[in-house]
Amino acid sequence: MNNIGKNSFDIGYMDTLALGDSSLHRLDPRAKLITTLVFIVTVLSFGKHTVSAMLPFFIYPIVLISLSGLPSRYLMKKLLIVSPFAVLVGIFNPFIDREIIYYIGSIGISGGWVSFLSILLRFVLTVTAALILLSLTGFNAVCASLMKLGLPRPFVVQLLFFYRYIFVLTDEAERMERARSLRAFNSEAMNIKIFVSLIGHLLLRTIDRAERIYLAMCCRGFDGRIRMIRKMKRSYKELFFVIGWSLLFIFLRNYNITLKLGQAFTGVIK
Amino acid sequence: MSHHIIEANDLHFTYPDGTVGLDGISFRISHGESVAVVGENGSGKSTLLLHLSGCLFASKGRLRIGDTYLEQKTLNIVRRTVGMVFQNPDDQLFMPTVFDDVAFGPLNLGLTYLEAERKAMDALKTVGAEHLRNRPPYKLSQGEKRAVSIATVLSMSPDILVMDEPTSSLDPKSRRKLIELLKTFRHSKIIATHDLDMAMDLCERTIVLHQGKVTADGETLKLFQDEGLLNRSSLEKPLRTQQC
Repeated sequence: MNNIGKNSFDIGYMDTLALGDSSLHRLDPRAKLITTLVFIVTVLSFGKHTVSAMLPFFIYPIVLISLSGLPSRYLMKKLLIVSPFAVLVGIFNPFIDREIIYYIGSIGISGGWVSFLSILLRFVLTVTAALILLSLTGFNAVCASLMKLGLPRPFVVQLLFFYRYIFVLTDEAERMERARSLRAFNSEAMNIKIFVSLIGHLLLRTIDRAERIYLAMCCRGFDGRIRMIRKMKRSYKELFFVIGWSLLFIFLRNYNITLKLGQAFTGVIK
Repeated sequence: MSHHIIEANDLHFTYPDGTVGLDGISFRISHGESVAVVGENGSGKSTLLLHLSGCLFASKGRLRIGDTYLEQKTLNIVRRTVGMVFQNPDDQLFMPTVFDDVAFGPLNLGLTYLEAERKAMDALKTVGAEHLRNRPPYKLSQGEKRAVSIATVLSMSPDILVMDEPTSSLDPKSRRKLIELLKTFRHSKIIATHDLDMAMDLCERTIVLHQGKVTADGETLKLFQDEGLLNRSSLEKPLRTQQC
């Protein structure tokens, strides 16, 4: 369970990345948030058998990563960690949808395989975009811009508290697990009874902590509303970023560049 | 001028599970005094502090802070007067960044953004933590967390500072720094602690609690030389007064 600590540390690393100072880092968080949302929506709006038309969309993550100097290797690792979810979602498609829709040479490709590939592509594109957003902006700034853009306060506050205390919680879980493993001489694996008790204790501690935090908030005049000072700027740069990328996404959504290029290319060969 | 006075009159409090927290506590702390509250674990120190900040209400007896008696109606006035620093900085610092945390109180008091920002920066400057303003609290060291915790209440300009174990889990140097910092404050201070050496440094007066009662209240130096009293209260002479 040492992984708990490692993973949470890794999440923290994204905040460190967000402290960078490229022109993309300095962009108003709202601009990046909106652009990412447009990107995700356009990618998800493709039909279930689309593959080629989605490929040009890779330009967005590639351009952003190369301009901002984010470590692509780190992002890819994060992507791999969550990939089982996407694989699980799509893995049964080849068994359900067996209708052949393409031939490569004499090998028939069923619709199931194509839609599976399509799901994987979508997953890679959208999750990479979200990871880039987080590591260019930082979780808190993303939350703040969500609030500025009108997401109800209670949701945003939940997110902020979640992010503030996830580290405290994982630390606590790690300490408990270490204390257990130091006294569990012959059994490395945890049996269900101990696991339940650990989780139960963690819950009780969390409730206690929540109570103390609430008292601390009350002592400083908390009245049900969280107020924060956030200065955000809006300039032509932000406008240009949002509109430029959005237009490109919409264009790529409506014209299959890959197909056109392919046709042009084969045309030249002929 | 009576607004820094704290007067407890026969406070009683029993927890829902039947544990007696306070059993008839009375004292009067006047303007600018620094008072240490000492006693063994479970003697009622923390319970008393929770009363001072209006987190708990006495079942019997009254507590006067400044000119107001503490009750549900006057809670906001009292909390503006009393700045409470909790023992665990992770409970005290709940906002995403240090600056947000320090500005939390002033914003709740209804200050404008500009004023709140100024107050927050002043408080951070006082504790020497300006450079931490944009850091998330979980990435700070214990000493830094403690300093920022204090800034979060300083920014509300309280008249009275109430602190629970301010020096616990600090390394000797951070502890010394904190003591020096607290010495510069001119607020009335009430500090619950097991660190009797710190109490000697900071507080001219000490209140000893034992099983929810005040067993002694007087000059710190005198009390800490009374071995009988210290023994009865499960305490030990401060290291520096122990002759080897």
